[in-house]
Amino acid sequence: MPSKIFLGLDVGSVSTKVVAIDALGHVLARSYLPTQGQPIVAIQSALREIARALPPGVPVAGVATTGSGRVMASALVGADVVKNEITAHATATLRVLPSVRTIIEIGGQDSKIILLNHGVVTDFAMNTVCAAGTGSFLDRQAHRLGVPITELGELALKAASPTRIAGRCAVFAESDMIHKQQTGHSLSDIVAGLCEALVRNYLSNVAKGKTIAGPVSFQGGVAANVGILKAFESALALPIIVPEHYDVMGALGVAYLAQPTAGQTRFRGFGVVAADCQVKGEDCDGCGNRCEVVGFRIDGRVQAYWGDRCGKYSHVNYLSVGT
Amino acid sequence: MRVTFPHMGTMSFAMQAILENLRLEVVPPPPITNRTLMLGAKYSPECVCLPFKVNIGNFIEAIELGADTVVMGGGIGPCRFGYYAELQQEILHDLGMRVNMIVLEPPQGANGGLWSSISKLSVGQSLWHVAAASYFAWHLCKGLDGVLQSLDLMRARETVPGSCDRIWNAAQKSIGQARTYRALRMAEKEIRQELSTLSLHLHKRPLRIGLVGEIYMLLEPKVNLHLAERLGYLGVEVHRSMSVSDWVARHLVPNPRARMHTRKVHEAARPYLRGFVGGHGLETIGESVLFAEGGIDGIIQVLPLTCMPEIVAQSLLPSISQRYGVPIITLVLDEHAGEAGLQTRLEAFVDMVGARKVHRGGGVSCAK
Repeated sequence: MPSKIFLGLDVGSVSTKVVAIDALGHVLARSYLPTQGQPIVAIQSALREIARALPPGVPVAGVATTGSGRVMASALVGADVVKNEITAHATATLRVLPSVRTIIEIGGQDSKIILLNHGVVTDFAMNTVCAAGTGSFLDRQAHRLGVPITELGELALKAASPTRIAGRCAVFAESDMIHKQQTGHSLSDIVAGLCEALVRNYLSNVAKGKTIAGPVSFQGGVAANVGILKAFESALALPIIVPEHYDVMGALGVAYLAQPTAGQTRFRGFGVVAADCQVKGEDCDGCGNRCEVVGFRIDGRVQAYWGDRCGKYSHVNYLSVGT
Repeated sequence: MRVTFPHMGTMSFAMQAILENLRLEVVPPPPITNRTLMLGAKYSPECVCLPFKVNIGNFIEAIELGADTVVMGGGIGPCRFGYYAELQQEILHDLGMRVNMIVLEPPQGANGGLWSSISKLSVGQSLWHVAAASYFAWHLCKGLDGVLQSLDLMRARETVPGSCDRIWNAAQKSIGQARTYRALRMAEKEIRQELSTLSLHLHKRPLRIGLVGEIYMLLEPKVNLHLAERLGYLGVEVHRSMSVSDWVARHLVPNPRARMHTRKVHEAARPYLRGFVGGHGLETIGESVLFAEGGIDGIIQVLPLTCMPEIVAQSLLPSISQRYGVPIITLVLDEHAGEAGLQTRLEAFVDMVGARKVHRGGGVSCAK
């Protein structure tokens, strides 16, 4: 039985991931749930699942959050470490697959490339202003074609001759797909074409100007799609490793980052799954910035503020909790 | 004549000072808010760059408050900016806003263009008076830029979070509103006093990051989502390649030191880019090389989406990054750039720059 537990939460735009590890870094429990626009509910349900799967009575020694909802998640659960997704993915990969030189990560709303050398991130890039070619776009296309997202990759593998789809922009890709569908191309050829277009877009947009060295690790929710994996393999001509916990690597990474903090955790306990949380934004009239200051309350008591540029609210709060 | 102008960092204060000292009635545009962006995006061509859209928003909001004359900058060269004033005037006219647009063309362009547009603003005033008002505004701008520069360096070391921002707010009210040399000197003295008594972590050795890129995105905090402040709070010493007063010194007044700097920048860019590509594309390259040679830890390039000169520069930055081993990241901003996305990129970049620095020094990387 483990002596200590560390939790990592990755609150993404599309999915919420929670991982529990022991002091040696072994994964004890994991949860992957759709965020569905309600991150608080998603975090609470995911923690409920984790609490059920963990051996009772083992103390949580550290908690960390990442993902676009990391600040809110940190206020909700009481996190010791709040880290960006790049550092989180790099940390997890360096622990699980130390030889990897390039990480390809495609999530719900953004895609990243991370280059590693001698255990250090040497370069990274994220998609700029457009979410074309990310998980939500794939999701939408699967839905439109009436194919479950989990079967999209298998379907692509069945293609005899993948058709060419414009991958530059989600709108163009969609109209291209509809055109191809109306001229009678088979569903599998269209889906395979979509996978290739997405990979082309990733390489020319996100990975622009970067030298991709092997071994390459492919992670994020989209790594479940074997069609995309195959398209990457043929485009890069490099071995691509999909790690066991490919879909929760960010959560795993921050769980590792929580380990050194063992001892005085700020974790509120699994009781937060039932907490009544309110988030309320108000425009501050203090100066010309007119920031929307967001107050986060649990059971009516203010836990944290964010969104103010001057720190009038957020800094006071940080001081009072002693960082 | 009720005159307004677009916002651009500390330039707004200088502009207001010139116009007020020329005894014109000034209607400064309200601070840039989401409404400004919304109005700008609604009435601007879709693929135009963000500065254009914010300008339009500024003009409309100022016209709502009674402005009837807009002072706007002009330009020459491949950047689309040179055409912005004309197009903006057309847009405002189509909206039924009968405003008079006075375009300040740079002196490198048409001969005498600048003076003829200034004379439209200075009806009944001597040339001497115009020069005196401009000279005062230049001092005011230099004062504010000096404070800004100190704060960019100090924010990473402040012991009480937010104390640098408080000084900046005070400086905007005192230095920014001064209209006489006496008031300006007193305000500057007061702010200097505050800066020198600011409580700092002096033992701290923060990372040093240089900012390069398109001038408007570099200098207007509302539009770059307070980039310098964010970096400061992440514990980074910020070095901006340009300030409003630097721009004036390098382009408008015969300032030998500034001219020398421009030559140095062009010289540094030469191995990568030999000619003018419009906007500040050439400066982005040259300043990046100078930053790298000066041992900076990382460089951030900011540009508005669809900015041609900076796209040219962007494609050359990887060679500089490789040659000097300095990490460089490009941030492309547009009206819908989410703050969370920007924050993530900045935090990741700062983490990476820190880890690379430690690694270079033979220490242990923090990514392990």
